[in-house]
Amino acid sequence: MAVGIIGYGAHIPRRRIKVEEIAKVWGADAPSYKRGLELREKSVPGLDEDTITLSVEAARNALLRAGIDAREIGCIYVGSESHPYAVKPSGATVAEAIGATPDCHCADFEFACKAGSEGMFVAHGLVKAGLVKYGMGIGADTSQGAPGDALEYSAAAGAAAFIMGSDEERLLATIDETHSFMTDTPDFWRREHQYYPMHGGRFTGEPAYFRTVTGAVKAILEKSNLQPADFKYAVFHQPNGKFPVRVGKMLGFQREQIDTGRLVPTLGNTYSGSSPLGLTAVLDVADPGDRVLMCSYGSGAGSDAFILTVKERIREARDRAPQTRWLLDENIRYVEYGEYAKLRRKIRLAE
Amino acid sequence: MPPARSWRSYPQTYRLEAGRCTSCGAVYFPPRLICSQCKGREFETFSMKRTGKVLTHTVIRTPSAAFAGDAPFAVAIVEMDDGVRLTTQVVDADFEEIRIGLPVKLEFRRVYSEGDAGVINYGYKAVPVRS
Repeated sequence: MAVGIIGYGAHIPRRRIKVEEIAKVWGADAPSYKRGLELREKSVPGLDEDTITLSVEAARNALLRAGIDAREIGCIYVGSESHPYAVKPSGATVAEAIGATPDCHCADFEFACKAGSEGMFVAHGLVKAGLVKYGMGIGADTSQGAPGDALEYSAAAGAAAFIMGSDEERLLATIDETHSFMTDTPDFWRREHQYYPMHGGRFTGEPAYFRTVTGAVKAILEKSNLQPADFKYAVFHQPNGKFPVRVGKMLGFQREQIDTGRLVPTLGNTYSGSSPLGLTAVLDVADPGDRVLMCSYGSGAGSDAFILTVKERIREARDRAPQTRWLLDENIRYVEYGEYAKLRRKIRLAE
Repeated sequence: MPPARSWRSYPQTYRLEAGRCTSCGAVYFPPRLICSQCKGREFETFSMKRTGKVLTHTVIRTPSAAFAGDAPFAVAIVEMDDGVRLTTQVVDADFEEIRIGLPVKLEFRRVYSEGDAGVINYGYKAVPVRS
């Protein structure tokens, strides 16, 4: 039985802030940040946007493409490191808003930036096991970096939702293979009650991101007996512009396989939404028969890798909802650091 | 607002559920028990389309305490494509961009929070339709 994606949707806040705008506040050298991160600007959520609202909009777009009744969705998983509540599931609100309650299994996932792909992984597994007819996995974040920290230049907001199913006539892309690679690697963390995360600087690179992503991709290629040249597109987690290109090169992928799903230069790092949003951008343009590799990365550290094959129905489904590149490139408004600080609640207000 | 009160309105604030009179077809949002057109008592529930247009609008600069952090913000009466009219904030738009007849769609947003520790109330706000 073929199992895969029957609907997908993205959502990105309208506001953007440029690297220069952040750098001038902290006396930093914008060109070196832009060069070092290969990132020019990032998305900024409004005061009324959070992981739940972004997830609902992405989920509604996924439903438009799937063309199913939301009540047939048997499980909903929202992966994020910025759930609005410490105790109260984001997924329950998402399910209520799209009309998937009450006969639905629901949980929120956390695993730094790979929480979204965890939701996809589990939803896919439950459909494959025959426990649910359709399952939804969402990756969404409105992440924060400490003021002046390198993370502040990249921490962004966005969401991607995927509905898994096995109806042959509904499949947009089959999921042909999966593999997860995971070790205890303390490269990035946020302790309970802390507002901003901390990270291990350069330790986030070689022993963390590169070892984990290459570990997952080498394993899934071996399991599936495929080579990098067998793929039209490859989407890697993109904490900055350089990492996905470099890890792709290490694994034998070419730049043209990576660029379609590499949104980070003008989007920023959407954490749990990062590689899932890259996959939505690929599905927006892929042709039937194209093979796609997606590999997430979450600090802590782990990667979920997926191999997909695009199906004929993608041609008629992709225009039923806004495409990711449109959300990213059109309809945007730039903010200055003062408004950004207000929107991100970095200003201490009177009690 | 106590959590129970906002919870009771989820069908409308989350899913735009309206009532359509099965006798004369009049649509009510929120739903009613008796049709004001034909006095019918049977209604079918349906989720409205999330699109409409601005009927009239204003800018709130001195809001109630619950919305103090949002000011100034735009509020409009929106005529939905399904015929009903509702009052809502208009966001992601410059004030000068908002005009009578502006096509809008309703997105899912935070409406207000009970402080930093209370429940977060979600619902709909209008954003301009851009293509």
